[in-house]
Amino acid sequence: MTTHATARPAAKAAAKPATMAQALQRAMRDAMAEDPTVHVLGEDVGTLGGVFRVTDGLAKEFGEDRCTDTPLAEAGILGTAVGMAMYGLRPVVEMQFDAFAYPAFEQLISHVSRMRNRTRGAMPMPIVVRVPYGGGIGGVEHHSDSSEAYYMATPGLHVVTPATVEDAYGLLRAAIASDDPVVFLEPKRLYWSKSDWSPEAPAAVEPIGKAVVRRRGTSATLITYGPSLPVCMEAAEAAQAEGWDLEVVDLRSLVPFDDETVAASVKRTGRAVVVHESAGFGGPGGEIAARVTERCFHHLEAPVLRVAGFDIPYPPPMLERHHLPGVDRVLDAVARLQWEAGS
Amino acid sequence: MDSLQQRSSTVQEPPGAALAYRPTPPPAWQPRTDPAPLLPDAEPLRVLGTDAVADADPELLRRLYAELVRGRRYNAQATALTKQGRLAVYPSTTGQEACEVAAALALEERDWLFPSYRDTLAAVARGLDPVQALTLLRGDWHTGYDPHEHRIAPLCTPLATQLPHAVGLAHAARLKGDDVVALAMVGDGGTSEGDFHEALNFAAVWQAPVVFFVQNNGFAISVPLAKQTAAPSLAHKAVGYGMPGRLVDGNDAVAVHQVLTEAVTRARRGGGPTLVEAVTYRIDAHTNADDATRYRGDGEVETWRAHDPILLLERELTERGLLDEDGRREAAEAAETMAAALRERMNADPVLDPMDLFAHVYAERTAQLREQAEQLRAELDAESEAG
Ligand SMILES: Cc1ncc(C[n+]2csc(CCOP(=O)(O)OP(=O)(O)O)c2C)c(N)n1
Repeated sequence: MTTHATARPAAKAAAKPATMAQALQRAMRDAMAEDPTVHVLGEDVGTLGGVFRVTDGLAKEFGEDRCTDTPLAEAGILGTAVGMAMYGLRPVVEMQFDAFAYPAFEQLISHVSRMRNRTRGAMPMPIVVRVPYGGGIGGVEHHSDSSEAYYMATPGLHVVTPATVEDAYGLLRAAIASDDPVVFLEPKRLYWSKSDWSPEAPAAVEPIGKAVVRRRGTSATLITYGPSLPVCMEAAEAAQAEGWDLEVVDLRSLVPFDDETVAASVKRTGRAVVVHESAGFGGPGGEIAARVTERCFHHLEAPVLRVAGFDIPYPPPMLERHHLPGVDRVLDAVARLQWEAGS
Repeated sequence: MDSLQQRSSTVQEPPGAALAYRPTPPPAWQPRTDPAPLLPDAEPLRVLGTDAVADADPELLRRLYAELVRGRRYNAQATALTKQGRLAVYPSTTGQEACEVAAALALEERDWLFPSYRDTLAAVARGLDPVQALTLLRGDWHTGYDPHEHRIAPLCTPLATQLPHAVGLAHAARLKGDDVVALAMVGDGGTSEGDFHEALNFAAVWQAPVVFFVQNNGFAISVPLAKQTAAPSLAHKAVGYGMPGRLVDGNDAVAVHQVLTEAVTRARRGGGPTLVEAVTYRIDAHTNADDATRYRGDGEVETWRAHDPILLLERELTERGLLDEDGRREAAEAAETMAAALRERMNADPVLDPMDLFAHVYAERTAQLREQAEQLRAELDAESEAG
């Protein structure tokens, strides 16, 4: 199986705007309809349809054997998914919230990520681990973590995060079709974002590992992903007033990393800011800045800057707006890109 | 208004007087399962030395004997290989051979075995090439063998983490309509891990065809069972999950084989999972790197040596006229042949290709891995040019 599944044929029904949650649900539904080995499992994914309703209707349509409410045990969920994959199934696992995936880390790191390697390719792990992540929804403690750096640091995993409704469909289809494990990070504050894309219309399946330029520009590149994409798009619009024409790159996939698209953009613009909401120290931005610097040193007019969440445990909901990088912080960073020698 | 007055008058009544409003009684509570049939017997099951041996198939008895002798020799040979530096480490199962062999022989070909890092012998008894079984411990690859070939999952080092895999596989097989059973092995220490508990719970809820096989060999490295659990026995843990727990003398090969076979058959027929605890003893140290004299006395080891699985079976078979001098010699010779072949093959240096480092990380190499592979290629070329 390749990562390029075919696009679904267009249905006749009238196009209604779809939310990201609906697009994700549609992706699972289409994958399950096409491939009987695709199974969804997790806490409350069946009758309830998931606490975010992303698996809504799947149990009804495909039965409880295909969309299974499991006991409440994340290591058990992912651990049994490993065994299911060993027997030829393609499990799609839902972790209810970012911070509740931590009990499953041992299975993810010690088994899911390296089973192919330890068995010399004999035992691939076509598992998707869906993790709603990030803040901005007023969640209480343990409901807003951005854990992407932990996943990125584990060889053998793909780490993917959509920022648009279309990508939510396209990337999840690709993730399910992938013969390798994919940690699929769903920006939960974008679950209800809408798009004119309709679940009734065909959608492209995006190959994993390709970044996309969301906005063309010439003055600097904003490198971002997931929940920070809308922030960067807004910042780019606002920057126009200051005479800055910003390019915005949506990474979509953190592992593998699309060095080519990112470097090509930064070589064009000569300046770059990485924007994400997880903590900056030890975070994805450091890795990205280093990669960009290694490839674009002679094209850079300024150091690669980072705009990230503070290096603090995710704050309580009444304070989270101070933590999350917003448009102003991005624009401040852009202003600092007017670097002068010796400054 | 009426009712308010009524309430206030109720409050003023002396204690013990009838309440005007009675709380609705809760629905009658009932246990979901009668726990009695799930409880293990008070004593571990023994077959050797009892009349029950007469029911055992003589062919099976001879086979068990030959495998025990071969297993003991395998343990000795592998231990010797660590001393010669051919193996990085070897966790011996000397004294536990009955468990290892019975685990392998209780399964049909289509079933799956999920061994822990100690269970090399079970994998070999199931048919895995002895050299391939040692790849992990020699250090030339992590697992090395194809798990599908003999339906043996990779030898698992993080304790108990293979148990949920066994549940998932058995569950998947049942969903597909295959009557496949998974047998998952774990040590006494491993029963304290969260994955053990999650696996048992999933298996019971899903009624997955799994057999959990605990080899209680007395110690987790140096920590005795008393510091591991306060449960009456490890088999008792089954009851809380809603599956039967079975206790068996782990040095009685016939008893272990019988209990495991019953559990496997039960699982295959849709009866759900079983937890089997075999009470046994690890005669050797934890590994060659361990000093067992720090945590146990010679007396204890000697007591268990007298209860040796090979001695027990040999005595029984001899008394029953199923084994004579020729039979013993035959088994010993077969074991010696295996050991000699193992020695010879393990004395050859494995041929390693460093480029394999990048071969099986992802189905397709990422751009990053392609770059790194080129770097290593260049380093290797430079090395070979330098001679
Ligand atoms: C998760 C985990 N923690 C710690 C270890 C280190 N370790 C290896 S073997 C062992 C003791 C295991 O004892 P037990 O489960 O009784 O199995 P036995 O060695 O007796 O077969 C320990 C602590 C490990 N392998 N995995």
